[in-house]
Amino acid sequence: MPTSLPTPEQLIDQLARAIAPVIHDSAPGDPPWALVGIHTGGVWVMDGLMRRLGADLPRGVLDIAFYRDDFSRIGLHPQVKPSSIPFEVEGCRILLIDDVLYTGRTIRAAMNLLFDYGRPAAIKLAVLVDRGGRELPLCADFVGANLNLAADEHISLNQNHDGVGLHFAIQQR
Amino acid sequence: MATNLQLTEDGRLRHLLTLEGLPRRILTQILDTAASFVPVAERDVKKVPLLRGKAIFNIFFENSTRTRTTFEIAAKRLSADIVNLNINASSLSKGETLLDTVANLSAMQADMFIVRHAAAGAAHLIARNVAPHISVINAGDGRCAHPTQGLLDMYTLRHYKGEFHNLRVAIVGDILHSRVARSQIHALTTLGCPEVRVVAPKTLLPRDVESLGVHVHHNMEDGIRDVDAVLMLRLQNERMRGSRLPSAGEFFKHWGLTPAKLKLARPDAIVMHPGPMNRGVEIDSEVADGVQSVILSQVTFGIAVRMAVMSLLAGSGAQA
Repeated sequence: MPTSLPTPEQLIDQLARAIAPVIHDSAPGDPPWALVGIHTGGVWVMDGLMRRLGADLPRGVLDIAFYRDDFSRIGLHPQVKPSSIPFEVEGCRILLIDDVLYTGRTIRAAMNLLFDYGRPAAIKLAVLVDRGGRELPLCADFVGANLNLAADEHISLNQNHDGVGLHFAIQQR
Repeated sequence: MATNLQLTEDGRLRHLLTLEGLPRRILTQILDTAASFVPVAERDVKKVPLLRGKAIFNIFFENSTRTRTTFEIAAKRLSADIVNLNINASSLSKGETLLDTVANLSAMQADMFIVRHAAAGAAHLIARNVAPHISVINAGDGRCAHPTQGLLDMYTLRHYKGEFHNLRVAIVGDILHSRVARSQIHALTTLGCPEVRVVAPKTLLPRDVESLGVHVHHNMEDGIRDVDAVLMLRLQNERMRGSRLPSAGEFFKHWGLTPAKLKLARPDAIVMHPGPMNRGVEIDSEVADGVQSVILSQVTFGIAVRMAVMSLLAGSGAQA
C-alpha cells in the first residue's frame, strides 16, 4: 500500500470540511439536502460524514444490484440489500456518496436508481478515493484522495474487525 | 434427479420446478433477494431494469387469474416482456403436443417459461427439453408442486414470525389435492421448522404423508392448539371426484377456521390462505378479514418473491 494514502478516517475528515460549507450555506427557499450512500462502503463513509457534519440531514441507502449493466454477464449479486430512500427525492439536492470511484458504472447505476424515486433538483458526488480508470464521462465533486492504480490492482474499504474503524486494502488481482 | 435438473453445475438455480430437495441456501437466497424487491413496489417507479429485453411466456394450460397476474406483474416490474398464453383455448385443441408448443415458443426467442398444467410433471418435461439458455418456472402442476406459492408463504411467515427454528405451524384442510401443501411442507422442513402439523380428515390426506416429516392431526382443535401460524388450504371443489365429503356445510363445521377455533392457537398467531378463499367453507369471514389474517400481505409478497425467482433464474446462465 502506498504510504502516502491517509487513513479512511482522515479522508472523511477532509471530505467533511469540503462539504460542510456547501451543505450549510443554503438560502431560505433553496432545495433541501439529503445524503445517499451506496452499499456497502459508501454507507460507512456517509455515516462518518453525518457524524462530522452534525446536521440532521435525511439519510438514504442504495443497493445498485438491480441496476448493474453487467447482469447478463455475471448474474445477480449474491447478497442484495434493500434500498431505502425514506424522503422525497423530487426536488431534493442529493449528495451521493461512495467509497471508491473507478469506472463510473456504479455511479451511473445509482443515478438511474435515484431517478426511479423522483426527479432530484441536483446530485453531487463525493468519494473517498478516486482511483482513475473511468469508462464513463463522470467526475466527482468532492474527492478525499486521488490514487493511480494499475488495472490489476484492487482497492477496497473494509470495516475493522472490532466493527468501529475502517481501513483500506489494496490487492493484486 | 429433480434437484439436478433445477441447479446448474456450480449450484445456482437453473429452473424452479419443486421445492422438494432444493437446498436451504437456495431457499434463503430467494427469500433474501425478495426482501430487496419489496420496497421497489413502494416507489414512484415500481420497476427495475434488470430483465430488460428478456422474453417471458406465461403458459397456462389450466386457468388461474391470480397466479398468472402476479407472474405478469413481477415480470413487468423487472422490465421483461411477457406474453400470456391460455393454451387450453388454442393449440392443444388443434392437436399440438406440449413439446411442439414449447418448441414453437422457443423459436420466438423465449428466455423463460412459466408453466401451469393439470398434469404432474409437465414443467419437468419442458425443463428437460428446452435450450440451455431457457429457464422454466413451475406455476403449479396437478397435485404435485407450486413452488412460488410455497416460497411466498415462507416469506410471509419469516416476515411476521422471524426465523423458522422455533415455529409451530399447522397446515389445515384438503392436503390430498393440494400442491400448495406439498410445497409448504418441503420448504418448512428444509428451512428447519421443528413442528409442521397437517390437520385434515383421513379422506383428504395422502397415505404417505407422515413420510414427509409432519405430525398428523385428525381433529382441528388439537391440530391448531398453540401454533404460531395457521396455513389454511382451499377446498379444491373442482379437483374432487366422487364424494370424499358429505357437504361444504359439514366441512365448515369440522374443518372451517372460525374465531372460536383460532383462539386455541397462540394469541399472536397469523392466518394464511393461498386464495382464492371459499368463505364459509374452509374459513369464516370474520377470520379472513380479522387482525390475525395476513392473506393480502401474501399476495403483495408474492410479487416480490416471483421477481426474485425470475432474476435469479435469468442470471444463472451468466458466467460466474
